[in-house]
Amino acid sequence: MAAVAGDSRGLRLTVRYLVLALVGTIFLFPLIFMIVSSLKPTAQLLSDTSSMRAFLPVGDISLDNYFDAFRRAPIGRFVFNSVVITLVTVSASLFLCSLAAFSFVYLNWRGSGLLLSIALATLIIPFETIAIPLLLLVSRLPWIGFDGIEFGWLNTYRVQIIPWIADALTIFLFVQYFKDLPRELIEAARAEGASWWQIYRWVVMPLAGPVIATAAILKSLKMYNEQYLWPLIVVQDEAHRPIMVGLGYFFQLNVAWGEVMAYLSLITLPVLAFYLVLQRAFIASIASTGVKG
Amino acid sequence: MASKLTTSNRAGWLFALPGFGLLALFIIVPFFFAFGLSLTNQRLISPNPTEYVGLQNYRDLLGFGVITLEPLRDDSGELIRDEDGNLEYPRVRTITRSDEYPQYAGMQEWFRWQSGDNATVVIVRDVVFMKALANTLTFVVVVAPVQAGLALLLALLINQRVRGINIFRTIYFMPVVVSIVVVSLLWRFIYAGDDGLLNNLLGAITFGAWRPIDWLGNTQTALGSIIAMSIWQAVGFHMVIWLAGLQTISPTLYEVATIEGASRWQTFRYVTWPGLRNTAVLVLIVITMQAFAVFAQIDVMTGGGPLDSTQTLVFQAVERGYGKQDISGGATISVILFLLVLSISLLQRYLTRERR
Repeated sequence: MAAVAGDSRGLRLTVRYLVLALVGTIFLFPLIFMIVSSLKPTAQLLSDTSSMRAFLPVGDISLDNYFDAFRRAPIGRFVFNSVVITLVTVSASLFLCSLAAFSFVYLNWRGSGLLLSIALATLIIPFETIAIPLLLLVSRLPWIGFDGIEFGWLNTYRVQIIPWIADALTIFLFVQYFKDLPRELIEAARAEGASWWQIYRWVVMPLAGPVIATAAILKSLKMYNEQYLWPLIVVQDEAHRPIMVGLGYFFQLNVAWGEVMAYLSLITLPVLAFYLVLQRAFIASIASTGVKG
Repeated sequence: MASKLTTSNRAGWLFALPGFGLLALFIIVPFFFAFGLSLTNQRLISPNPTEYVGLQNYRDLLGFGVITLEPLRDDSGELIRDEDGNLEYPRVRTITRSDEYPQYAGMQEWFRWQSGDNATVVIVRDVVFMKALANTLTFVVVVAPVQAGLALLLALLINQRVRGINIFRTIYFMPVVVSIVVVSLLWRFIYAGDDGLLNNLLGAITFGAWRPIDWLGNTQTALGSIIAMSIWQAVGFHMVIWLAGLQTISPTLYEVATIEGASRWQTFRYVTWPGLRNTAVLVLIVITMQAFAVFAQIDVMTGGGPLDSTQTLVFQAVERGYGKQDISGGATISVILFLLVLSISLLQRYLTRERR
């Protein structure tokens, strides 16, 4: 009897793993296909799709597609642009949103409750519904440059950075986190004569590691992965174009699928590597957006 | 006393202003701007001054009429039939171009159906917009429940305690960190008509019996294909949110259920599901907002085609506001989109409210 029970438990466990693995292939195989295909000549890539070879690095394997992709498009430029835009926006966002959240939570000023409510209410506005009026706005905004005042922000880095710095989600995450810090810390520092800036810089922010990580991951993914619609309509010149818009280069008359797969792999692998190393932090950051305040 | 200690108007404003100011300038101002622009004829660049046009933009998009056509008869009063035996009707043009019906002027046929001998025709001012509206609603109505449901199934699957479960969680979540633009391009190849991965796989599984389909080039399958891919990419995101919700449910409740001899379904129905109410509201609202905003998939995969079968509201807003520089037209679509998002979010909140 014991042996039979053991068998059925073993069988059940096997079935469980089979289900888990089967679902896993659905998510994993398209990505494996992308990376493996980037190493094959286009002709072989196409013929391999009719068998399991599509998912295996077999046949004529090389990095030629990557070299060809670099020859076809200024990929270095696109990657540089995206990295600059992401780094600057994320740093500025962490700083200004945490500062605002600090003020909303700790500094008891007139109107703070109202302004916080207004800020959080913007969570319900999808960017896509303000893109067109924002396009008109930034096309007329002034900017003080080295040559004096100029009008219009189109075809610049700033048009891809400044509108994205402040967002309700980042403010919300910091507010939630600051609310749970012990107030006594702030009051003790205040009693000892510390300025608000000193409290922000030396008391609160050193304790905010987890929420900084969460906000940084979410914002980086947004800036690196999801910047498509906005740069498409505000940036026409190649010099400021980010990676996702740069994909357009690979669709001339004949789509060179090998090069496309190389470009896709090239811009995706760094993110995947970050994710695999920091997967706990990635998943925790998504989960924290779901915890209701 | 404690609150006295922390009162500081000047520092408060100073600290909040940069962040809030940017939020106000780049989100709140354009948001109200959209409403204002939708009442004008603003263009991106125009030599003529902008004029107030009232609700004309909304009428141009939403105007519709329903007309009934009687079948044509010959001189003796017999119904005229074509070679296939179908009834023949006067052209819709005879009404939309007639001076007798100024209210229908310029409208075009959207769709029609037969009732008895008569044909009822729905004519609209802007067929492409109507198709975009219908497609977007279809997209939302399919994606919201299916993606939320699949994500919950995955969360339950991944919430069991077996060795190596973290590896599977990592894999299921993986597409979420891949850009939707990258995913769309990759799936363009997977969905391709000849030499596409999906057709070839289906061919291999059915030993060649499968007839290849041009998934994105066919009006019957294009929108469905984009829906399936969108769910594949985003379902891991909501799986994680469901998981976070599952982990807030107290283990004692499950122990009680086991002691009471509850079945698996009963445990889910009376312990798990009630504990997920707040999560469910959040997941549904977030998916709905994301689904209404669908753009990149369309732009990369189909460009709205074939025959406008994958047009969406955001795609149309961009095509008009940016492509044709018709800012007011794009803004009007944006306002309509926002009102839809808002009303559906409120409706979901109402339907999933706590019942006493």
